[in-house]
Amino acid sequence: MTRSLLDFADWTAEQVQAIFDTADVMHEVLARPVKKVPALQGMTICTAFFENSTRTRLSFELAARRMSADVVTFAAGASSLSKGESLRDTIETLNALGVDAFIVRHEASGAAHLVNKYSAKPTINAGDGRRAHPTQALLDAYTLREKFGSLEGKKITIVGDVRHSRVARSNAELLPMLGASVTLCGPATLLPKELARRGVTLTTDVNEAVKGADAVMALRLQRERMNAGYLGSLEEYAATYQVNEALMERARDGAFVLHPGPMNRDVEISGSLADSPRALIVRQVENGLAVRMSVLYHLLVGRGA
Amino acid sequence: MLKIVNVKRVGSDAEEVLFVDGDKILGWNLAVDADVTLDGGGGTIVPALIELHAHLREPGQEEKEDLASGLAAAAAGGYGTVVSMPNTSPVVDDPAIVRQLAEKAARLGFARLRPAAALTKGQQGKELAELALLKDAGAAMFTDDGRTNEDARVLRLGLEYASSLDMVVSVHAEDATLRADGVMHEGEVSEALGLPGNPAEAESARVARDIEIARLTKARLHVQHLSTARALDLVRRAKADGVPITCEVCPHHLTLTHEHLRGFDAQYKVAPPLRTSEDAAALLRGLSDGTVDAVGTDHAPHTSSEKERDLLTAPFGIPSIEVAFPLMYTRFADTLGLQKLVDLFTSGAARVMGWDAPTLEPGAPADLTILDLDTERAVEPSTFRSKAKFSPWAGEVLRGWPTLTLVAGRVAFQRGA
Ligand SMILES: [Zn+2]
Repeated sequence: MTRSLLDFADWTAEQVQAIFDTADVMHEVLARPVKKVPALQGMTICTAFFENSTRTRLSFELAARRMSADVVTFAAGASSLSKGESLRDTIETLNALGVDAFIVRHEASGAAHLVNKYSAKPTINAGDGRRAHPTQALLDAYTLREKFGSLEGKKITIVGDVRHSRVARSNAELLPMLGASVTLCGPATLLPKELARRGVTLTTDVNEAVKGADAVMALRLQRERMNAGYLGSLEEYAATYQVNEALMERARDGAFVLHPGPMNRDVEISGSLADSPRALIVRQVENGLAVRMSVLYHLLVGRGA
Repeated sequence: MLKIVNVKRVGSDAEEVLFVDGDKILGWNLAVDADVTLDGGGGTIVPALIELHAHLREPGQEEKEDLASGLAAAAAGGYGTVVSMPNTSPVVDDPAIVRQLAEKAARLGFARLRPAAALTKGQQGKELAELALLKDAGAAMFTDDGRTNEDARVLRLGLEYASSLDMVVSVHAEDATLRADGVMHEGEVSEALGLPGNPAEAESARVARDIEIARLTKARLHVQHLSTARALDLVRRAKADGVPITCEVCPHHLTLTHEHLRGFDAQYKVAPPLRTSEDAAALLRGLSDGTVDAVGTDHAPHTSSEKERDLLTAPFGIPSIEVAFPLMYTRFADTLGLQKLVDLFTSGAARVMGWDAPTLEPGAPADLTILDLDTERAVEPSTFRSKAKFSPWAGEVLRGWPTLTLVAGRVAFQRGA
């Protein structure tokens, strides 16, 4: 088993399957009255969040605590990093304090690789720049697999700001590995053509993108994109690319809807669709905990399990 | 009187003796007595190299580099003369700063310093600096390098004014709005890494504009650190049209590509960015066919901790002044030949600056370098004279290392000394 989870470059479908199998076990743990196992007792896990993300951090911290690890949190805002301390110095300091693994969130693509390089400890990428957010992709795939049984031959469509989305990039790496095809869709300014590859197609035509899809994921659209010239207006975006009931008519019957959160209701996704039974958004969050427990287990304890 | 024994001239295997009298070359193989004898160790003697593009960081950023470390590093790299860039803190836009730099450098006794001055006040690209006074103070050229000249009219006026002073203007040719927040070449690799890209067209679009301004003003324009095949081709065509334009390329754009960034190592972050292998190959052809006038290093020292940051926040720049010649010799001597390579580091650079071509003939300044073309030695950043103790070529085994650099008849560098 790979010692770190930075992206899926050196991962195999079998290894991902092992993560999913253990996540099934973790779900059983989470269903118990005492939701705790001693798997990581005595270990110290550092959530190094150089960029704010309360939801992701809480999910990781809870996952670590459910397995009896000690958790220390490094939040960059209040740190010396703003005074010019290098990432390397920060990580070496934390390393010297006896941290056993790092969970890293950073606004710069590649930062998780640097942390791994400077610490030589198991590192989980909790989102770096626009590059990768592998545990999000794992929980997305796990959630879909829960519904479909297998991802083999499924068409998954991702709609929105693909350019700036680490979620889209990680899903475009992982889902084809599991046998699904991925269609990335968004306005041309937010859809870099270089992302096309085996198992991944690109289109700016949302009707085409959603046609026959087994699941559709809407990506969060940031208001800043409008001011940066990527879009004319949020209204225009919503009118063209919003994932809503009318658009879902083109998908497979009973197709599911996902969103990595947090949502802008009635911008990238209609509020009514987000609240409908076909939306898996709450389930994604629940599964995120089990999947992250499984990832921690595999990186810190499991040996090829 | 000094004599250097056991040296060869480029293209010859004959062992010869060079005599130096004071700061001038006296002649070859003379029957006169010398006070001091230096053994050239069978090395090849060439005019001291000329660096037309180095960032020495003084004043204001001495933690990265200062005149002493930068000019010592230059001498160790075989350079006898260095043109320093004015994007310091404060900016070199004041005649007094030019004088201070020149005086301090002369006292140090390493490579000669010829400071470039800013074209515009504060390098803001809005109002011309005091170009005539800057020239009187000793400025060697004008440039807003470190910044791009966004206002085409200001560049036009600067070229006209500099031309009346018989001075060259050099430009960092990138369209800053098209470059936007790009930290590396825009393409397959930048998308795979999820990093904001800087398209090749940011350079070629700006070079196209600047060629038209040079055509308009008929003033000498020098384009720095070309990185793309497209822009190089524009310069090639402009030269054929008779536009008075020169250009340089840097060792890193010839020897590294955007693929090197796959490990997220900010040592490879540079502006303009490392491009594709096709671009590097086109630049090398430009060296062969004479489109490229000179090799400039764009030596850009930073502290190691700055370069250990992530790729978004680490500063741009690769330090290379101590390895430029051996690197180029080791990689490209077969393609270009020694004579051509030496020309790119000496007479080509002089031509860009509007200086006489350096020679080793009697009466010429005794600025010379001995190159050991045979001994292999690995790049070892910890031994750099530069304060920047890192290198993307660390560990690479190179030949063609300078063993002695003489500036105005004085030893500015001697290997092992
Ligand atoms: Zn520049």
